Amino acid sequence: MAATGITPTRMVLNKLKGRLKTAVRGHKLLKDKRDELMRQFMTIVRRNKELREQVEAGLTEAFAALSVASAVMSPEMLEQSLLYPCQGVELDVSFQNIMSVNVPVYEFQTRSAEKGDVLPYGFAQTSGELDDAMLALSKVFHDMLELAQVEKSMQLMAEEIEKTRRRVNALEYVMIPELKENIKYITMKLEENENATKVRLIKVKEMVLQKAHNYTY
Amino acid sequence: MYKIGVIGGRETVMGFKALGLDVFPVESVDEAKRTLRQLKKPEEGYAILYIEENLAQELTRQIDSVKDSPMPAIILIPGREGSLGLGQAALRAAVERAVGANIL
Repeated sequence: MAATGITPTRMVLNKLKGRLKTAVRGHKLLKDKRDELMRQFMTIVRRNKELREQVEAGLTEAFAALSVASAVMSPEMLEQSLLYPCQGVELDVSFQNIMSVNVPVYEFQTRSAEKGDVLPYGFAQTSGELDDAMLALSKVFHDMLELAQVEKSMQLMAEEIEKTRRRVNALEYVMIPELKENIKYITMKLEENENATKVRLIKVKEMVLQKAHNYTY
Repeated sequence: MYKIGVIGGRETVMGFKALGLDVFPVESVDEAKRTLRQLKKPEEGYAILYIEENLAQELTRQIDSVKDSPMPAIILIPGREGSLGLGQAALRAAVERAVGANIL
């Protein structure tokens, strides 16, 4: 019985009924929110998985090419070739609202002297393997950016889903049953009081009649 | 304007330097820890930080601390030795957190 500390009056009963109504409505809304979040989350997870595999494969390839390049060239030469980048990356971040979760959207621009020019060195003293490595790396970079966006969204949404799920469960298994229990307790108590009053009245009436009868005699 | 940073071993980050990202070559886990602590501050202006996997597995506490804030995004990338599967593990962890069970 969860009815300790509850005064069985009509006023409290009304208040509890109001709260139950709100709780049921809130539960329904939160459940809808959870379902929709989950749906979106699953598409993001799938995309993330795909991208993760792509990026890992792409990077492995690029690093392999880079290893070959570093075997062919002297380390100083290699370092020197890559020392000064000919392009810069600027990142713009805006936020998109998915079911009250703010997920980042990245937009990036590469600043480069010439479009598609990713090699910051001359061809005279570098090996062709280095070119391969750089091209592979710049190709995988687009996927890496999208991966960052998707992965962050996934983390943020996971947190929100966890919170919503807890709320839904708390309402469904704690709040609503407790409120129902209390309402039941109060209605029963009120009925009991009413019965008691009725019985008392009947008794009193009998006594009064008895007295009146005796007097007239 | 936000920046993108890469933390990892010298050979790993070298290539990204040429792409125009900010790179932070580190020699040890301690150095990586210090670098990460500095870079994840909002005033540094990094929106994305890529971290090499073999360093990241020692830095889980720091990485988890920014998991729920919108910035920065910390993304694990495989190092030169190939993938350790930590990225996939993070994905599974997120799913488990949201759903309560591993459904992948």
